[in-house]
Amino acid sequence: MTPFPKHWNLFSAAMLLVGAAWIAVSARLPGAGAARLPAPQVGFPAPDFELGTPGGEPIALSDLRGKAVLVNLWASWCGPCRAEMPAIQRVYEEYASRGFVVLAVNATNQDSVTAAVDFAQALGLTFPILLDLDGAVSRQYGLRALPTSFFIRPDGVIEEVVIGGPMAEALLRTRVERLLEGMP
Amino acid sequence: MLPILNVGPLAVPVPELLLLAGVWFGLSLAEKHAPRRAFHTETLYNLVSVILLSGVLAARAAYALRYSSAFAASPASLLSLNPGLLDSGGGLVGGLLAGWIYGQRKGLALWPTLDALAPLLGVMLVMIPLANLASGGAYGAETDLPWAITLWGAARHPAQLYEASAAGLILARLFPAPGMANRPAGQDFLLLATWSAAARLLLEAFRGDSLTIFGELRAAQLAAWLVLAAALVLLGKMRAPREQSA
Repeated sequence: MTPFPKHWNLFSAAMLLVGAAWIAVSARLPGAGAARLPAPQVGFPAPDFELGTPGGEPIALSDLRGKAVLVNLWASWCGPCRAEMPAIQRVYEEYASRGFVVLAVNATNQDSVTAAVDFAQALGLTFPILLDLDGAVSRQYGLRALPTSFFIRPDGVIEEVVIGGPMAEALLRTRVERLLEGMP
Repeated sequence: MLPILNVGPLAVPVPELLLLAGVWFGLSLAEKHAPRRAFHTETLYNLVSVILLSGVLAARAAYALRYSSAFAASPASLLSLNPGLLDSGGGLVGGLLAGWIYGQRKGLALWPTLDALAPLLGVMLVMIPLANLASGGAYGAETDLPWAITLWGAARHPAQLYEASAAGLILARLFPAPGMANRPAGQDFLLLATWSAAARLLLEAFRGDSLTIFGELRAAQLAAWLVLAAALVLLGKMRAPREQSA
């Protein structure tokens, strides 16, 4: 990597020309525009699931297309999950009328239905609590730490993943505002 | 992919851990090379501390200004540890500005200072793609090559490993040992910029998440081409006096 080849200007020009040609050629390579299968990653369609509330009402993610969705995976014993729930509730109350939905997926396979329901009632949570009884959704979403949150655009594509918590209220507000941008 | 390392009750975020390790390794390497630039180790550490601390504060301030209504509704969020509440552009400007002011007050010359920081930047260029590999970000385009890795439901180029390997080779070649032959001031930094931009220009083509502009052109490649052009011109200007005196 000698800094200065003998014919420096020629070397520089050649390098820039080859670089420009490569930019043009690589624009035709498959990549950024390729279709994506559902995956729990930013830029991918959110994997669909259907879970029941403690009252037995089934809710499917795919039924919420056209809305801004926060999927929050949580457990009642998890401190950061408990800490961020009041902020999620406040933001939900403020933005629900504009098409913002929260699906609070309880990792019931490592919690209990009673503890989850008691916690939701104690905090007065009004968004749906869904029970992931066998951990299928946790596995589908690659859950590695609680809480984990997925902000999903109205077109069903994941906008952002936040691993860990608690999420600050300002973070929730800015992300929800972004999801709602362009919605009627 | 290993975004979280569960150590007992603790969930350690691996990407952030790798970036912190990068700062530590980078500073250690920069410290070894600093005497070659007659740069005091203490000045180096102070400069990096000023840049990092100011960068973080400026990033939070810029974010709060940009989304002032969200922070007005929740002022406590100003003190949140969420990295999602940082504005990277504001942080970059704030960090560089604070570094420049510090340099002016200490009478630091530009090129030797950039040279002193070059090993740290070189190490970070290795660690950032490794952090992306841990988080699953900056993933590669789909491919059926035998060395493809399975990520997000498809066999993909290990783009993060391509980038880390290229950056590692550049780092090893530019900074092999503290006692290596001296290069004129500015060349450590400009050579790092030249080869890193060339590597980005080449390897961005294998990414599956590139931001595209003007149709199908990849924005990172265009930015890398501009950096490459600027670095080559500046290197050429540094070469001119030597040619004239020869």
